[in-house]
Amino acid sequence: MTNPSDWNERINPVILGLQPSGIRRFFDLVAEMKGVISLGVGEPDFVTPWHIREACMFSLEKGYTMYTSNHGLLELRQEIAKNLAASYGVSYNPGHEILITVGVSEGLDLAFRTILCPGDEVLIPEPSYVSYAPVTAMAGAKPVFLKTSAENGFRVTPDLVEKAITPKTKAIIICNPNNPTGATIEREHLLEIAEVVRAHDLIFVSDEIYGRLTYVGEHTCVPSLPGMRDRTILLNGFSKSYAMTGWRVGYAAGNQDFISAMTKIHQYTMLCAPITAQVAALEALKNGENGLKKMVEQYNRRRHLVIQALQEMGLPCCEPRGAFYAFPDIRSTGLSSEDFAQQLLKEEKVAVVPGNAFGEQGEGFVRCSYSASINDLTEAFKRMGRFVSRRVNKGKVLPFSPGKNEIKEKSICQTIS
Amino acid sequence: MSAEKCKEKEILEIIENDARLNSKQIAAMLQISEEEVVRTIKELEEKKIIAGYFTVINWDKVGEEKVSAIIEVKITPQRDLGFDAVAMRICRFPEVKTVRLMSGAYDLVVYIEGQTMREVASFVTLKLASLEHVLSTATHFVLKTYKLQGTLMEDDVEEDRRLLITP
Repeated sequence: MTNPSDWNERINPVILGLQPSGIRRFFDLVAEMKGVISLGVGEPDFVTPWHIREACMFSLEKGYTMYTSNHGLLELRQEIAKNLAASYGVSYNPGHEILITVGVSEGLDLAFRTILCPGDEVLIPEPSYVSYAPVTAMAGAKPVFLKTSAENGFRVTPDLVEKAITPKTKAIIICNPNNPTGATIEREHLLEIAEVVRAHDLIFVSDEIYGRLTYVGEHTCVPSLPGMRDRTILLNGFSKSYAMTGWRVGYAAGNQDFISAMTKIHQYTMLCAPITAQVAALEALKNGENGLKKMVEQYNRRRHLVIQALQEMGLPCCEPRGAFYAFPDIRSTGLSSEDFAQQLLKEEKVAVVPGNAFGEQGEGFVRCSYSASINDLTEAFKRMGRFVSRRVNKGKVLPFSPGKNEIKEKSICQTIS
Repeated sequence: MSAEKCKEKEILEIIENDARLNSKQIAAMLQISEEEVVRTIKELEEKKIIAGYFTVINWDKVGEEKVSAIIEVKITPQRDLGFDAVAMRICRFPEVKTVRLMSGAYDLVVYIEGQTMREVASFVTLKLASLEHVLSTATHFVLKTYKLQGTLMEDDVEEDRRLLITP
């Protein structure tokens, strides 16, 4: 029998070296407790709208149970192309410029494996979604972090990008709006980043899964920017906008050469996204607009409630403008983000995600998801307020200054002194 | 729409689905002051835009015997008054929960509730069918309520099944 040490020698060192997500660690802790209100959930609290579920059942009744083309259902790709053209004025040929993937997760993996060679570097903002760096590493490339800071609204500045670029830099990935910070990037700021990207001939991988959940200003689709369409891989999906996380369906759009190359990997590893999920996605795009708007309205109201609650408990927080996360600064409590999350869970039975799960720059912050009911949010923040007041001013208080990102003074919660 | 009308509409949308949210919560959700919420709701109540508050109860689960019925009513409309005078007469009976004027084969649909089938039947025959201008009635007893006021009456539907922590 092989003993475990032998196994470790046989496992690919890249995989061996990957850290399990900090979120999973915390999940085990939370799962043991009862009566917890969780603000730690990265998915909508809405169930997929009934018309979508119903359409999918109908498709099963009709016998839609077979493979689709590797690219995905043509009708779905056509609807996506129509939708992107109407929403952002960017046009893709549904025939060979759109690939239906198993969520953005697969799209990201395909995109990176398609473009990255060993030794290449990928610029990844920090804090950001947990899988960007591991997927980069699995593609044999090196993650290079763009350390954004709360003082600057967690904004990726052109300067930050410029400084991180080396001859090996191949691509930049940006999630806008951002998970975990809820920050969005204004069009003019994206234009500045795009300019740097073009100047250094990089590929822009744009994760816009939260794009439709933008509450302040309008979402800018990166490929719609001048000169960006053919150097951008647009990743998007249905999970967040249509509350379809478990369906696992998304898409990648880009230049035909990119998409054809990605399709090769997809073809050999996935074959196609599940047809049932694709049918559901088609129904979502065709008839989901009203439901989507209602969900966005509700998230926005909850967002206001969260901003006020954090203000009242004196935790500074950059105004969350998209997705469904707030990322308050908890340094005034004198706790690390993991200690904060663990003690809050133990003392008040509220679960939040420690910010360091999203990279070093997330240390000192926690992610609070507002994809929860108004009453749960109210109760959770009441408990969190009690917890914070027992500890406030035990640590270093770092009041924010508005910075250069034109975030209005009033949109930044100041620490109550 | 003026900003004020907009806020009114938003408040109505919020409390339409949950009348128990308090003014502090509503104020935070709409980024207005608590006083403004209280004042607006008061105005809406005075104007009868908010006509009342009630609770959606699944009486079946209480074990209480209750009988409800939907009655189609045909009426001879009156000159100048149309159906309104008779409809209002019907509305005033406390047993009557809902009255609507309908297009189609009959004129009013009347939703009534009583303790027993006999009570409902006697109400229909003695009070409703015998009213002046009422031509005929057709009574349909309710066997089961699945959904009421947008709320499902079943237990197992769509609870939160999400993992407690996800990326």
